[in-house]
Amino acid sequence: MSMTQQAEPAVTTPPAPGPGKAKDGRTTERPLALRLLARPEVGVFLGAVAVLVFFLITAPPVRDGSSMANILYQSSTIGIMALPVALLMIGGEFDLSAGVAVITSALTASMISYQLTMNVWVGVIVALIVSLAVGLFNGWMLVKTGLPSFLVTLGTFLILQGVNLAVTKLITGNVATDDISDMDGFDQAKALFASTFEVGGVNVKITVVWWLVFAAIATWVLLRTKYGNWIFAVGGNQQSARAVGVPVTFTKISLFMLVGFGAWFVGMHQLFSFNTVQSGEGVGQELIYIAAAVIGGCLLTGGAGSAIGPVFGAFMFGMVQQGIVYAGWNPDWFKAFLGVMLLGAVLINLYVQRTATRR
Amino acid sequence: MASTNGTGTHGAVLADKAPEKEGPIVELRSAGKSYGNIRALHGVDLKVFPSQVTCVLGDNGAGKSTLIKIISGLHQHTEGEFLVDDAPVRFSTPREALDKGIATVYQDLAVVPLMPVWRNFFLGSEMTKGPWPLRRLDIEQMKKTADEELRNMGIILDDLEQPIGTLSGGQRQCVAIARAVYFGARVLILDEPTAALGVKQSGVVLKYIAAARDRGLGVIFITHNPHHAYMVGDHFSVLRLGTMELNASRDEVSLEELTNHMAGGTELAALKHELAQVRGVDVEELPEEEDLTAPVATSGEGKS
Repeated sequence: MSMTQQAEPAVTTPPAPGPGKAKDGRTTERPLALRLLARPEVGVFLGAVAVLVFFLITAPPVRDGSSMANILYQSSTIGIMALPVALLMIGGEFDLSAGVAVITSALTASMISYQLTMNVWVGVIVALIVSLAVGLFNGWMLVKTGLPSFLVTLGTFLILQGVNLAVTKLITGNVATDDISDMDGFDQAKALFASTFEVGGVNVKITVVWWLVFAAIATWVLLRTKYGNWIFAVGGNQQSARAVGVPVTFTKISLFMLVGFGAWFVGMHQLFSFNTVQSGEGVGQELIYIAAAVIGGCLLTGGAGSAIGPVFGAFMFGMVQQGIVYAGWNPDWFKAFLGVMLLGAVLINLYVQRTATRR
Repeated sequence: MASTNGTGTHGAVLADKAPEKEGPIVELRSAGKSYGNIRALHGVDLKVFPSQVTCVLGDNGAGKSTLIKIISGLHQHTEGEFLVDDAPVRFSTPREALDKGIATVYQDLAVVPLMPVWRNFFLGSEMTKGPWPLRRLDIEQMKKTADEELRNMGIILDDLEQPIGTLSGGQRQCVAIARAVYFGARVLILDEPTAALGVKQSGVVLKYIAAARDRGLGVIFITHNPHHAYMVGDHFSVLRLGTMELNASRDEVSLEELTNHMAGGTELAALKHELAQVRGVDVEELPEEEDLTAPVATSGEGKS
């Protein structure tokens, strides 16, 4: 009976190491063009180029340098917010309160400095704290309750929307805040958040520069740092990430606070370029940011995406929004364009995910 | 199977017990865990010594997973004691367990399918270079190390950039084990590493368990396959319905006894007598209760 024999302990040598640098040889290298096409960022880049070419042909005013600067400006206001929203989405969550949070931030800064008659920088700092606190609340609620981010941030969205209107009316007696353009420090703040500079005879808004700088930083963080690795991991498989020692709670909460930072920045830009803030604005913008991130190749379910994709996604949006105007069409078509682009992007994403997980 | 052609003998196994004097790295004293009113684990004693493989066997739902979740820091025990290096501990995150040198290879392998192989290998313990705020991943070093470690495991991958979800089950298992071994674990917990593998791949995994043991690691090998357990194990604990059914070292139990305990132990012997009443069932070859000589957990105190 072999059963009763004492089985010998296993060998004590580790398995033989593989021969040198030999390749497995079962996978053939695909052509570079094909591999590039499989990357979602490249897909959205080609899409953005196609949209650009389309409007260059159909809308002659677009060919002008100042029109292009205007398109880039439009893109940057979407793009700056689309970046943190995209990182959050790669981290597996999304934030419906991002749109109204921008207005909350601008309102806070405006009212604090005007009502207390202080230097605008005080308002700017308080607004930053408030924005980060909103992000912290979103993240903390999500981590503590385990509720889906859709529910948590839908709650925050409604709360902020109501608070924006009610508090503004309560304090200013109006739906908009008072003009702060003659207050101390306004010019400094405007220089940082909403100035214009000239390049080759074309006026370019500073937000375009900020947009590209933030995109570069986000790309570096995402691909070259521990934190970026953690973002992919918590979005891809939260349990696994936790099991191997990734600080999931920290990563999620900090991502929400990053969206808060983005909302603060865009809010400050709006405040210092228009001098006043309309308290009812911002509703619906959160979906634009999410759409830009999805079109940019971020997986709605998390775990995949890039920071450069949403840059092209936001550019497509800005291009279409302004291009329709330059082409002399009815601007109502804008949303229809958005819908088509979004669906197309989602289908491509789905295909990519299936390919990646194919055994 | 390849793992039977080795040089290990019974004497070698006994010699391995020398470090026992140093005391166990991990010890559970009548530990237990309740989820609300459900008692998943109760009165479990377990000692893990360096250079020894402690096998934990049990049927589905016997509490194996709960046991390793306590040791790996995913859950906290609700009764008894849990000691690491003779000091009582209570981990609140797996990070704390990892810092104590307790690494776990989970059943689901704890990999992120869409991430590249090398990123998965170093996930949570990334190599970095440069000063903050420019501290960044040392990608070249990580890729090189991952490639070397995987080659040591006998896995040769064309492209470490491919998502780990595209690898086969056995390959992913080996990546997970190589990762745990590489990260200098003193205690390696393997949760059913051979459950989803073919015969040959299981052999590779068992070899690696033996290799880890010879490096001085204490290995906790969770399985429901007594044959696999007996090939590498030095100590065997059989869990049954959340309690210890058997707690014996290798020289106190034979493979047959182990298999019997695994299959239900004394209950099977009782079942034999019932089956004897039924005509047409041949019970001659089945073991009697007194054949099951291995010490059961209750009387097994001090045996190890």
